[in-house]
Amino acid sequence: MTSPAPFIFEFLIPLGKIIAVILYPMVMVIIMIWLERRVVALIQGRLGPNRVGFQGLLQPIADAVKVFFKEDIIQRNADKLLFNIAPVLVMFSSLLAFCFVPLGEPIRIGSYELTLWIAQSSVGLLFVLGMSAISVFGVIFGGWASNSKYPLMGALRSVIQVLIYEIPIGLTVLTVVVLARSIDLVEIVRAQQAGKVWYGFLMPVSAVVFWISGIAETNRAPFDLPEAESELVAGYHTEYSGLKFAFFYISEYAHMVLVSSLVVLLFFGGWLPPFANVAALSFLHKVPGFVWYLIKIMFFLFLYVWIRGTLPRYRFDELIKLAWKWLIPLSLVNFLVVVLLKLLL
Amino acid sequence: MSFKDLELNMGPQHPSTHGVLRLKVTIDNEVIVRIEPVVGYLHRGMEKLWESLTYPQILPLTDRLDYIAAVSNNLAYVLAVEKLAGIEVPKRAQYIRVILSELMRISSHLAWVGFQANDIGAITVLLYGFEYREDFLDIFETYAGGRLTINGLRIGGVPFDLDGGLIGRIRKTLARLPKRLHEVEMLLNENRIWKHRTQGVGCLSAEEAIEHGLTGPCLRACGVPWDIRKDIPYSSYEDFEFDVPLSDQGDVYGRYLVRMQEIRQSVRIIEQALDRLPAGDHIAKVPKILRIPAGEVFHSIEAPKGELGFYIRSNGTDKPERVKMKSPSFINLQSLPSMCRGGIFSDVVSILGSLDIVLGEIDK
Repeated sequence: MTSPAPFIFEFLIPLGKIIAVILYPMVMVIIMIWLERRVVALIQGRLGPNRVGFQGLLQPIADAVKVFFKEDIIQRNADKLLFNIAPVLVMFSSLLAFCFVPLGEPIRIGSYELTLWIAQSSVGLLFVLGMSAISVFGVIFGGWASNSKYPLMGALRSVIQVLIYEIPIGLTVLTVVVLARSIDLVEIVRAQQAGKVWYGFLMPVSAVVFWISGIAETNRAPFDLPEAESELVAGYHTEYSGLKFAFFYISEYAHMVLVSSLVVLLFFGGWLPPFANVAALSFLHKVPGFVWYLIKIMFFLFLYVWIRGTLPRYRFDELIKLAWKWLIPLSLVNFLVVVLLKLLL
Repeated sequence: MSFKDLELNMGPQHPSTHGVLRLKVTIDNEVIVRIEPVVGYLHRGMEKLWESLTYPQILPLTDRLDYIAAVSNNLAYVLAVEKLAGIEVPKRAQYIRVILSELMRISSHLAWVGFQANDIGAITVLLYGFEYREDFLDIFETYAGGRLTINGLRIGGVPFDLDGGLIGRIRKTLARLPKRLHEVEMLLNENRIWKHRTQGVGCLSAEEAIEHGLTGPCLRACGVPWDIRKDIPYSSYEDFEFDVPLSDQGDVYGRYLVRMQEIRQSVRIIEQALDRLPAGDHIAKVPKILRIPAGEVFHSIEAPKGELGFYIRSNGTDKPERVKMKSPSFINLQSLPSMCRGGIFSDVVSILGSLDIVLGEIDK
């Protein structure tokens, strides 16, 4: 009897995973766009979109359909090649990063072990950070190729901002790596399970600095200078329209999902249930890990929206001052303290 | 493309130029080198048009100047016409005028704080400011039927009397206001980012401000106690007790504080006016066809944006020979280049917003 197993395991499941790794960020983006519009509306005493689908949940899809039929305008003086590459590059890099983002522990089906990630690498974290840094090239290309002043200024701001905020991100990630003794995202979560305490509570400074820098890295309020609408109209994507604009828009949200996932994986135990040490709350373990993971990600996505609804925008010099005077020294000292304590204890 | 002396065209289509103002900004990377406002995109030839209209016909057009505070424009115009024609306005009408124009001042300042916060990136305050302003627009709707350009005054008085229901409604709205102002102030006053963006930004000394002819809350934020309501009272303002809020900073933050305090002082004035509303007629007897003997007059009032004045020259017919207005937005705008000196690009929006300009008034 020939078993269809090899075909399924070696072809269909990886294919399914590839589809999933594209669909998962997209679904999260749709939820995030809806969440953002609804929550900001509620903060501001409005209703927000509530007509299409349940509570307006299908509004982002309706918007996507609309944007699909928009005219694709390329400015006469634009550099056509770079102008077309830029949105693809941004989208590609943020989707590719999701390949290395694990969603949970492997699930055992019979003798087959289904892993909830496409690729596990011993340098997974490095790859994810690298990919998210590559997306800034898309922003530079977009801003430069538009051959227009506002996009150029937006791109310049974006480059400086991302470059500066990479430093505290790197330094805080290092503290996690030192504790977990691994750059593999799966292993980092497992180390938190073994250590019985999430790194976010062990190293609150790292978690906070990483989160703030993550907001800056994704160009979100209060660090949304590259696309500050009251100053730069729409920043680096001013000249984009239609589907290309949608690419920038979606990848920005995908990037937010990615940063939230990273915060959860690095500092808040990924798919681990909370209160693992409390025997009375052991029923929390019955809930699948993936659900915990999603809940935690949603919390950080909500935080993004909350911050946007509350704070004004930083000015450029203040933004740089914040990084150089606070975040970088703080993360350096934090790194030293963590390493020293690790050596001594 | 060189980043040194990059000339950036801000407007006339730009999210934060408050209409169709165009700014020619020369920047060196992010630092402002030069800034030059270009006006005239909304020019409707108002002053020339008025020469072919009778005195009462001009009145609704004045609403379209500073459309955020329509009654203030009406007030400046009717006071000038009444002064020229020697019309005595009943005391009750004067009080109702004070109430309406102070309500307009509150609604204008609420809209301002929303716009200003939105320019700086606090998107929520915009909605808060507009939500609170809605109550005041509702009051105007009940009073005159319109919400924005309500044509709320007449030469010789006011078109409608204030009845008990509306008075109760005004009182109720005013009673709600302090809590709401507090809500906005909680979001902004001690906010680090807000302070970074406003404190020490767009500074102007008192001498410079007077040289530029700056008036209104912007002047008082420089520490100059000049309020026409207090110094040259009109329309019975001398009957009311109120303070002139000052700030010695001269920066955007000072202008914000002054405007927030002015809202509270306006509440005080309205409450006093409602308490002591005299009985009597709400409009004087004015001939249907108003012919004003030859002469000229200038009268100015303290509009929400600053000193708003009307110069009218009559030639004995029912139409003015020449009308010229001194609009506060236009005069205040000329201090923008000095305020932006040495600032960085993001400051332009916050300084421009703090001047509280309305293009309808600049371009006339």
